This record gives sequence, C-alpha cells and structure tokens, in this order.
Amino acid sequence: MTSTSTPGPAPGPDQAVSERRLAGRRQINWLRWATVTVIVVSVVLPGVSLLLRSFAFRWHYPDVLPGEWGLDAWAYTIDDTSRVFESLGNSLRIALLTTTLALLVGMPAARALGQHQFRGKRMVEWILMMPIIVPSLVAAMGIHIVFIRLGLTATVLGVSLVHLIPATPYFVLVMSSVFANYSPALEETARTLGASKIRVFRYVTLPAISSGLLVACLFTFLISWSQYVTTVLIGSGILITLPMVLFPFLGQGNAAVAASITLIFVAPAVMVLILTSRSLGRGSTVMGGFGKV
Amino acid sequence: MTLERRQTPLRERLKIPLMLTPALAVILLLFLGGLVAGLMQSLGYFPAAGLTEFTFRHYVDAVADRNFLVSLWTTFRIAFSVTLLSTVFAVGAALVLRQRFPGSRLATFLFQIPLPVPHLVAASAVILLFAQSGLLSRIGAALGLVDAPGDFPAILYDNASIGVMLSFMWKEIPFVGLVVLAILQSVGPQYEELAQTLGATKRQRLVHVLLPLIMPGVVSTWIIVFAFTFANFEIPLLLGRSFPTTLPVQAFREFQRPELTSRPKGMAIAIVLAVITVLLLIAYRRLARYSRST
Repeated sequence: MTSTSTPGPAPGPDQAVSERRLAGRRQINWLRWATVTVIVVSVVLPGVSLLLRSFAFRWHYPDVLPGEWGLDAWAYTIDDTSRVFESLGNSLRIALLTTTLALLVGMPAARALGQHQFRGKRMVEWILMMPIIVPSLVAAMGIHIVFIRLGLTATVLGVSLVHLIPATPYFVLVMSSVFANYSPALEETARTLGASKIRVFRYVTLPAISSGLLVACLFTFLISWSQYVTTVLIGSGILITLPMVLFPFLGQGNAAVAASITLIFVAPAVMVLILTSRSLGRGSTVMGGFGKV
Repeated sequence: MTLERRQTPLRERLKIPLMLTPALAVILLLFLGGLVAGLMQSLGYFPAAGLTEFTFRHYVDAVADRNFLVSLWTTFRIAFSVTLLSTVFAVGAALVLRQRFPGSRLATFLFQIPLPVPHLVAASAVILLFAQSGLLSRIGAALGLVDAPGDFPAILYDNASIGVMLSFMWKEIPFVGLVVLAILQSVGPQYEELAQTLGATKRQRLVHVLLPLIMPGVVSTWIIVFAFTFANFEIPLLLGRSFPTTLPVQAFREFQRPELTSRPKGMAIAIVLAVITVLLLIAYRRLARYSRST
C-alpha cells in the first residue's frame, strides 16, 4: 500500500490484460441485465395479468389485451352469493386471533431464548422449531378427532389453534432474534429510577422492539391468512375462509372472478410490502422470514 | 439486586421455565399431541370408528397401494427439482444483486416481492400466464410463434409437473436468494480480494471462495424448502395431475373419505410423510453441526 499505483492505461503487454478485463465486465453487464429483466418480468407480468383478467369482459384468443372491459367479475365478487365478504371476515378474524395468541404465548419464550442462557436451551429450540420442517397438516389430521370431541371444529378458535402450529415457531424465531439484539440494561436503569414494570415495558422495552414486533406480527398474520388445507380440515367445510372461496374458481371456474378474488387475497401481502418497504430499500433482508407464507 | 436474588432463588429459578411454558404447551399439545394422536390412528386405534386393535395393517395397505410409490416418487421429484433449481437461480441472482449498479436497489426490492405473497396467488398467476390460452400464449401469437392455443406447450396438469414447479420456484428463489444475499453481505469482499491478489481468476474465485462461503447457509435453507415443497397440498392439487399426485394430496384424500374406517390408511400415509421430514430434520441438525465445526 506504500507504493504509488500508476493511473491511466498501461502500455505494452498490460493492454491485453485490461482488454480481457473489459470483456469480462461486458459479460457481467449482460448477465446483470438478463437477471434484472427476468426479475422485473416475473413480478410485473403476474400482477398485470391478474388486473387485466379481473377487468376484462370479453377477451378472445389471441388478443393480448381484452376486447371489452367490464366490472362484471368485481360485481359478482362483492355480491353475497359469492361468499367473498363472509369468507373475508372469517379470514380476518382467524388471522387476528392467531396473531394475538402467538403474541401471548410467543413473547415470553422469545425473550427467554433471546436473552438468557440456560440448561436445555437447544432442546427447547429443537421442539419449538419442529413445525417448520414437519408438516402441520399431519398434526392437524391427527388432532381433528380430538377437536370434534371438544367442539372446536368449524369454530374460529379451533381453526386459529391449528394455525398456531405453524405460526408460533416463526413468531418465536423472529422475536428471539429481536431480543438477542436488545440490551435489557436500560430496563434495569428505569427500574432503579422507580418506574413500575408496566411503565418500563411501555416506555423502554416496547419502543426498542416495536419494529421487530411489527414484522413478527405481520408475518404471523400472513401465515394464518395463507393457510388452506388445515382450515378445510378443522373448519369442516362450514367455516369458509378466502382461499377456500378462491380455490374452486382456480380450477374450472370463471377466470375473471378467480383473478378478482386473487387480488383481494393478495392485498394484505401488498400492505406488508408497503409497510416494510423502507427497510427493504436499504438492502435489508428483513423479508427473509416471510419466505414460508 | 444480588441480595434480592439470593432471597428469592425459587422465583428466579422458575422464571425461565415459566417464560417457556406457554409456547412449549402450544407445540407439545397441539403439534406433538396431534402427531401422537395421528400415530395411534394410523396404528389402528381409532375408537370413533369402532377400531381399538393395534395393527400395522394400515401401513401395509398404504404402501402396497400401487399409487403410493408413484406418489412418493412424484413428491420427491418435485421437491428435489424445486430445491435444486431454486438454489441455482437464487445463487445466480444473489451474485448479481449484491453489486451496486443503477437500479440495483429497485431490482432487490422487486426480487423480494414474492415473499409475503401466498402460494395460492402464485398458482393463480401461473394459470393466467401459462394456460394454453393464457397471456404468454397470446403474446406468442402476437409475435407469430403460436398459431392456436394447442401450439403452446401444455405445462399445467402435465406429467412433468412444470406448472407446479414454476409456482413453487416463484416463491422459493427469492427465499433462498435472500439467505445467500445476507451471507454475502456479512462475509464482505475481503476473501475475494485476497484471492484476486493471489492471482485467482473470476471462475476460481467463484468456485473456491464464494461457493464454499455460502454453502453452509444454503444447505439449511435447502432443508426448509425441500420439507415445505414436500408437504405442500394445494399447489399439486390445483396444478398437477390427479394421478399421479403427491403424498399429502393422497393422504388427505383417503382421510376425507366419508367412511371413517379409511382414515387410518390416510393417517398412515401422513405419518410416513412426517417421518421423512423428521429424518430431514435430523440430517439438517447434523449438517448444521458439521458446517459449524468446519
């Protein structure tokens, strides 16, 4: 680092080296634009096709754009006979209850795992993380008969309890990493200064963990929101959620209605993207946790 | 503080177990409880259907079924292909996106968009785009590549399950890609620069420096992606063939038959599914320990 480097193009045999380097750079650029193009197309095209389809009245093959536009699909979607509103309400109720329950059971465990060392910690982590790998569907199938006996099938509580199986591990996972990066020293200071436990939580702990907590809650909400087969099972086909209304339309049903229900179904995910976009732009990988929705 | 702690040792000792109890209760009761109840049913103990005798008959029934091996193979093939292809594309995308260039931040943002989107939405979009009369077929027609819907390759409800794999990969590539990006960011450029100073070519740096650095983290995401794809129900039901189907679909079909007596067979298939993922989990722990020790 003490020697001075010579700027500018070097003469002689170095010319070939710099030319090769330039060719290499051109190759990278080609790869770069191919990658970016594929990313843009694979994100924009699905969105555009859903929007076009939901607002198309007549769309004959091989027209790239619909021949006639219309709101028929949307009119049917918001009509009571489609059961979209009913199922939307159920989906919201179930996802909110699941998030609340995950918050209540997950917060203390996340704090214990994030801030304390204790015997058997790895064992606890093992148990809590098992539903990430072992399918919840199998557990839901096994527990179905017990839920029938307890009268929990076809109830919001019953479905939420089953959604809690995949939701709790992820909530604990996100929050324990939040707590691992959080120093409890300020809490001690506040306590020494005479603040009550509730005030310490409200004014010291909560502001420090709030953004991580928001991500964990959104994440839990989306896990519940996206559940399909466990809801079919425990809901007994009586308690209908949004993906259950969407599903038959995706098979043989009206494609325009399928597109409009899909757009409603994707709305919370879009809201999450908007809410977290500020941290996303900074190259943060906070979204990594959402992968398993 | 120390005095107080010494005065209430029991409370202090109980603090952590008490904090862990609610979450452990949920997992132990609902998840492990469900697995154990399912195991009992698969072994023939199912009083609700009048079955109380323990037997391996349902496992024999399930495995002897010609559909079982075909479904198992289909499930493996889809999960393996999705995991492998997602990793290849994800590593490629991450290596491009870690560089700074005009629009790189926007590209990284767009790359992450599929993450919070439900799989069913991905399936819905795949249908609209890749159906034989879908948008891509129409664009193909406008370019003169396709004359009629029948000319467009049938990749939905096909033997090779391409539609199923596309739906999964749309979500799994960003998932694996973000893990790789995070590793690359935490590693920093110093190893590559060192290799470059020592005269390593671009290819050598990729094969001998970058890939060994990202592999341990990638392996753990493999297990997650594989297990998830392996156990997913709705995508193969929606976009795959009805025969051969995948194990979760087959298990659920048997389970949902109106006669309760066919439930143990469905449950046996489900338990096989769970056992395979438990084996994966054990392999994952081994690999995690191995990669930590090296």
